[in-house]
Amino acid sequence: MIAFNKYYNHFNLLSSVLIVVSLLLLIFKGLNFGIDFKGGTLIELRASDSKINVSSLRDRFNQMDLGDISVKKFGNDTDFLVKFENKDNRKNIIEEIKANLDKSFGNNYDFRRVENVGPKVSAELLKSGVIAISLSLALMLIYIWIRFEWQFSLGAILALFHDVIVTLGVFSLFSLEINLSIIAAVLTIVGYSMNDTVVIFDRVRENLRKYSDIKIFELTNISINETLSRTIITSATTLLALLAIYFFGGEILKGFSLAMILGVVFGTYSSIYIANTVLVRLRVSQKTVLREEEDKK
Amino acid sequence: MLYFSKLRILFITLFSVLFILIASSNLFKFDDNFFDKKINLGLDLQGGSYLLLEIDNEPVIEQKLQNLTTTIRNYFKEKNIKINNIKIDNQNIFFNVIDNDKQSVLDVFQDENSDLNPYYPRFKSHQLEIEDTGLNLKVNFSRQGLIKLKTSSQDQAIEIVRRRVDEVGTNEPNILKRGNNRILVELPGLDDPMRIKSLLGKTANLTFRFITNDENDRFGIEKLKFENGLEEATVSKRIIISGENLLDAQPKMDTQANQTIVSFTLDRVGAKRFGKATSTGIGKQLAIVLDGKIISAPVVRDTIASGSGQISGGFTFQTATDLALLLRSGALPAPLEIIEERTVGPDLGQDSINAGMIALAIGFMLVIIFMFVKYKIFGLITNVTLIVNLFILLGVLTLFEATLTLPGIAGIILTVGMAVDANVLIFERIKEELKDETNNILAFDGGYTKSRTAILDANITTLLAAIILFFMGSGPVKGFAVTLGVGIFTTLFSVYFIARLFTSIYVSRNKNKEKLI
Repeated sequence: MIAFNKYYNHFNLLSSVLIVVSLLLLIFKGLNFGIDFKGGTLIELRASDSKINVSSLRDRFNQMDLGDISVKKFGNDTDFLVKFENKDNRKNIIEEIKANLDKSFGNNYDFRRVENVGPKVSAELLKSGVIAISLSLALMLIYIWIRFEWQFSLGAILALFHDVIVTLGVFSLFSLEINLSIIAAVLTIVGYSMNDTVVIFDRVRENLRKYSDIKIFELTNISINETLSRTIITSATTLLALLAIYFFGGEILKGFSLAMILGVVFGTYSSIYIANTVLVRLRVSQKTVLREEEDKK
Repeated sequence: MLYFSKLRILFITLFSVLFILIASSNLFKFDDNFFDKKINLGLDLQGGSYLLLEIDNEPVIEQKLQNLTTTIRNYFKEKNIKINNIKIDNQNIFFNVIDNDKQSVLDVFQDENSDLNPYYPRFKSHQLEIEDTGLNLKVNFSRQGLIKLKTSSQDQAIEIVRRRVDEVGTNEPNILKRGNNRILVELPGLDDPMRIKSLLGKTANLTFRFITNDENDRFGIEKLKFENGLEEATVSKRIIISGENLLDAQPKMDTQANQTIVSFTLDRVGAKRFGKATSTGIGKQLAIVLDGKIISAPVVRDTIASGSGQISGGFTFQTATDLALLLRSGALPAPLEIIEERTVGPDLGQDSINAGMIALAIGFMLVIIFMFVKYKIFGLITNVTLIVNLFILLGVLTLFEATLTLPGIAGIILTVGMAVDANVLIFERIKEELKDETNNILAFDGGYTKSRTAILDANITTLLAAIILFFMGSGPVKGFAVTLGVGIFTTLFSVYFIARLFTSIYVSRNKNKEKLI
């Protein structure tokens, strides 16, 4: 049996630091919103001429007065991703750009993807993304509140907030782009983290009924160990699937799978070191479970 | 938990085979309608364009209010009430009446049977609201009035958009209403949306009006630019004929002048008016105005009574074709703005499919190897279940002709990773049970029963997340929610029916074997 409980305090401290740092990052550095949420235009371009590279493309685009521009390689050497604000929301901007690029590069390039999100739409998408995440947290809260005693709900929700905040913190730290699919990833993380916590809590509750003389400090450790191989196997298979997406699923899914990988790692960690420690700190005992059950009768 | 009746085994087998057949219909062609269903590929996979258009209703409201001022004036003139100082400001009509008339004007507007101000009993609201500001009377559209106006201009606009898209002839366009002022256009397989975008961006409001120098023209005058943006001309506001009078328009080659023109045919009313105007206006210049710009302004040389004519204006064959198309499909009630565009080229779509499939295959193999190494014979059972699960999932998606997107493929891969969770929970529980239980069958029974709540909880939480994503997400993300959500149900089915069937067969054959798992 691994003595997870020996490190409860250490990891609680670590998590507190992580959360504070993440929050500071989110407040002061902010998130790198993609065009979905910020508005603007994105062009994925494939070149068939070595004259076309990041600097020559940046030169061309800078001449067109499009506001903030970012040009970077996308996957391999011939693919580029160009993003700009399109600040005046010019109407036929794509045509203008094509005409301009034709002059310098002829036919040696191809637009593989064009996305153009107006300011009104991006504001709406951001709003609905925030609503979706809040709503899912609220729904989880309600669900867990129906299923478990309040101490458990608190633990699960704290673990959930931890996962979401720290994942977003990592995205802020490395300036990784937040787009629509990241919202999907965050929601899935919420589901996964909850799932992981619930499995351990289920066992804690079962053990609480079984043993009246074991303190919660020990009991959580027993429960974590009993469910440990399941935790490891499920995390492992999920991570294997996600790694396959990350490495082979193409550039578009990279951010999404990275967020999910982070979420699975944090989710597994928080089920053990946040959710359970809340139970310990709230001194949950057999009475908590039994009283609640009598109340329900 | 271990007993399966023959009937149930038959049911499970039939069910699985049915869905595997449905799933395989994506690969083969079936004559039977029921089987010949396919998963739709999202625009991000097959390539195509997604355009979200917003109708700018301001000009429509402006126009309606403009018409209303005339209507109000005439309506009250009949009742011998004089309307003074009528003007429009910021979408409100203001006017004065003498104090004695004020009440009767208010009564007309607030009468439920008023023919000036329609009443919508369903919403308990008039079309227009009137307010006495003290200084004057203020009339504007009520909330319901505005909604009615927006929906009706949306209805008209969607019809015109559909006609224009159909004329260009892309395959299976998808044109839908969004809210009361937006239209969503999905054009699968369209590589270069520029032409459609430029067609949809034009209101196509065509008028024929005389060029005049008379400052005191009865109908008013305005200065308009030519299409080339250089010259200007003063044009009367009197409309001789408009796009509504057109029956047909076609691009043609004028062999004499060696240029491309658009020839048009007028309806009866239009022909009559055109004939009259050209007979009285010989020698004058007739401006052909499209969306506030003059295309050309030929001099009238003869009376044109045939009801047909032509527009020239230095067209290329392409621009002539597009103008003819716009004129045939009619004018939009209001300008449209493209507020969101997402276009994916077909080769990127194919690349995404390939990448997705490779990721799926590799993810699948990794999970299968992992499970086999970890659980041996039970790993094998899980793996068979996983494969059947994948087919059932694809079968369900096919049956509902769901749309598969790139994130949707990610959802399937994720389902593969998470689907083993339920089996793992069960197997681990069985292992624990076997510690104090010597009877294999009882231990298995216990494993299944005791793990049930955890499995249910775990899947419900994921399902909740998927449901929210489905309702809040858009396009590709919605595809992810669909595969993730459907995956939960197919996983539960395959775990509790297929995997359990296999385990029960295996366990009952090895009742007395030690270290079974």
